[in-house]
Amino acid sequence: MDTEQFDMGNIDMAWCPGCGNFGILKALKSALVETGIQPEKLVIVSGIGQAAKIPHYLKTNIFNGLHGRALPPATGIKAVNPGLTVIAESGDGDMYGEGGNHFIHAIRRNPDITNIIHNNMVYGLTKGQASPTSQSGFITPVQVNGTNSEPFNPIAVAISLDASFVARVFAGDFEYTKEIMKKAITHKGYSVVDILQPCVTFNKVNTYEWFKDHIYYLEDNYNPSDRTEAFRRAIEKDRLPLGIFYIHPGKPSFNETLPVYSKETTPLFRRELDSEKLVGFVDSKRTA
Amino acid sequence: MENSILKKTEDISIVLCGKAGQGIQTVEQILTRLLKLSGFHIFATKEYMSRVRGGSNSTEIRVSSNRVSSLLNRIDILIPFSAAALGHLKKRISNETLILADKEIIADNEDNKYLNWIDISFSGIASDIGGAIYTNIISVGIIAGLFKVGADELDHYIEQFFSTGGKKSVEKNRSAVQKGYEIAQELLHSKKIQIDVAQNADVSGEIIINGAEAVGIGAIAGGCNFISSYPMSPSTSVLTFLSRNAENFNLIAEQVEDEISAINMALGAWYAGGRAMVTTSGGGFALMEEAVGLAGMIESPMVIHVAQRPGPATGLPTRTEQGDLQLVLYSGHGEFPRIILAPGKLEDAADLTHRAFNLADKYQVPVFILTDQYFIDSYYNIPSLNLSETHITQYIEKTDHDYKRYRLTKNGISPRGIPGYGEGLVLADSDEHDEKGHITEDLDLRIAMVDKRLAKLTGITEEAIPPELVGKKDYKVLLIGWGSTFHVIREAMENLGRVDVALLHFKQVYPVHPGTLDYLKKAERTIVIEGNATCQFGSLVKITTGFDIRNKILKYNGIQFTVEELTEQVKAILDQEG
Repeated sequence: MDTEQFDMGNIDMAWCPGCGNFGILKALKSALVETGIQPEKLVIVSGIGQAAKIPHYLKTNIFNGLHGRALPPATGIKAVNPGLTVIAESGDGDMYGEGGNHFIHAIRRNPDITNIIHNNMVYGLTKGQASPTSQSGFITPVQVNGTNSEPFNPIAVAISLDASFVARVFAGDFEYTKEIMKKAITHKGYSVVDILQPCVTFNKVNTYEWFKDHIYYLEDNYNPSDRTEAFRRAIEKDRLPLGIFYIHPGKPSFNETLPVYSKETTPLFRRELDSEKLVGFVDSKRTA
Repeated sequence: MENSILKKTEDISIVLCGKAGQGIQTVEQILTRLLKLSGFHIFATKEYMSRVRGGSNSTEIRVSSNRVSSLLNRIDILIPFSAAALGHLKKRISNETLILADKEIIADNEDNKYLNWIDISFSGIASDIGGAIYTNIISVGIIAGLFKVGADELDHYIEQFFSTGGKKSVEKNRSAVQKGYEIAQELLHSKKIQIDVAQNADVSGEIIINGAEAVGIGAIAGGCNFISSYPMSPSTSVLTFLSRNAENFNLIAEQVEDEISAINMALGAWYAGGRAMVTTSGGGFALMEEAVGLAGMIESPMVIHVAQRPGPATGLPTRTEQGDLQLVLYSGHGEFPRIILAPGKLEDAADLTHRAFNLADKYQVPVFILTDQYFIDSYYNIPSLNLSETHITQYIEKTDHDYKRYRLTKNGISPRGIPGYGEGLVLADSDEHDEKGHITEDLDLRIAMVDKRLAKLTGITEEAIPPELVGKKDYKVLLIGWGSTFHVIREAMENLGRVDVALLHFKQVYPVHPGTLDYLKKAERTIVIEGNATCQFGSLVKITTGFDIRNKILKYNGIQFTVEELTEQVKAILDQEG
């Protein structure tokens, strides 16, 4: 499908040739077009890192904030204007390391946003150190004897916190990535899509070939509403399952819990203060 | 001892002190409102320890014929609920202080030297009613009785106050109050206590609020519709106030996982058209600093309430200080403009917080409301808050197809669009960016963008709120203060009784008003008064104006200046050089 409405034209991009980010960008644009989202009604929020530059490479509203802090502003944006589609997108270091606390609490809060993580198991922009998802023993200029920490498992964490939509895809599979993105974007509530992605410059272990040997697709008859089974699949290590692990349908989104939206969904900037009510409130302090 | 006499007119300072959990706050809440409704001018402030049970916490309630709004050292009537309370307040208890207490409390205290006390069997009466938890309510009855609050009004108020606790609770509290009231009547009848404080019918119709409520009301008046914060004493009461009123005033109030999330979420809210604020203290604000810089870079409005407490680190969590002015002034890395406001009066707090939203929106900068524990927790009655001039100016522009968020302009202000309003796209980037908002490493453009952001300081300075002069214009001595010390300095100045002394109070502390130097040069003597150890505002005045304020009165033990100590300290300086 033609993604012209999101295309930036001939711009200078900071990604390495052959980077998985290009495929993710293409899948994202196609997913947006196919779900009928207008660039003016979309905001992409990111943190810092190579993946976090993605909002600059498609034509839409962007909030490229601080390292690790994409989820709080994304939540704030959706909270004051429910009419916007909000995607928070960054890399594994940004979302799972620096922003790990927000990841946990965004799941609990369940804002109606989509969280896309480019997970290449390494730090790119700072040149090759271990990331929270680097596999044990991964040797880097800092982890000279190999990382000794257990890799962070975002899928297992999200399922354990009863996230409303949890999926993993592989950047090398364009069609599948796009289809899952579409489902995540149209899902009501917080959805997380962890995208396995090679880093052609700094990760010589987890290459395209490595991923192809270490992934499999959840079966057609897999039931994503079975949380226990989802968790069991999430902790598999030898071969990493791809697909929608878990969906909690009908879980109230953050906005649905807010009294401001109990009667109407008008964005807050279109509402006015009831000054008389405020004067009345102050007057009530005369007798209270 | 039983021959005690207290004879007092005009202005009475009552202190209640006990362990955390003994209900001192309930007494403060009931008495301030009840006595105000009866036509007395009221001031109340509390000092408390960072614990949930035990220790010693106290509340001072001033009851007066005239307007009162500052902390005294003097205690006229003291009701201690524990022996430790007497030790805790040792420095404030004088021979003139009348103590109403169980004789066991007097006997148990370490010094055991207090002569001026009346034995009141709080514990006996309370246990007759149903337990020690009624001790505090007996004291409500006593004080209400001493000020001849109508028995029916008192009964009605207590009934209302405890109505949510069920019928049994109402009855027991009513009888506790009744007992206290009878004790007061005996004390008055036997002339052991004679109180003559004039009531004023107009006062009963005034409002009574504390600093946190004033900030909260100002926020609502300024169109605040979003607050995200993390609880931290003493700033939490603003979050509590706005949360309680969220439904009523169409605002979103969210307690978030940490202060970093709080301010970043609030920045997201502003970006999408909300009017957001955060409230925090010391360490919490330190965590927010990176995002203060983000506000500077993406030119986002932001309103930040910082209720100061003594640091560094955890410091004295529940005490007061004016120690974070320089922290706020230099917070965030890089160079960008900001505005710092510091209310001295309750009216200021509402007005400045209201203005903060408009200023933040107009100049697209962070605006700080700098208060402290003393200010946030102090109550007094005021005629009202002037909300008739309330206006919310929203500086949001509908975008067109070619919209550029950071268009270079002469005054530095680029019209602010929001996503989803107009045909244009709105880009915010923490990197240095071009006019559109995309990352740039064009170093000439970098200069243009820095200059553009800093250019806003010109307009901000022109619009600075001038300092308030209290006293005669032909002063010889100028006292300089800012923020929460306004009323204490004012009352100390009145005590001095010298017509040549004036107070210059700053409610905008940054940028310093351009007229400041003229005020300072006119004085023969200048004295800056601050609640910190390093004279932070004095330094800022020197940097801004070149003027070195010669005398300094600084306090940093965690307690606000009392009127008496400040009077003495100013007097000592004035006497030194005559």
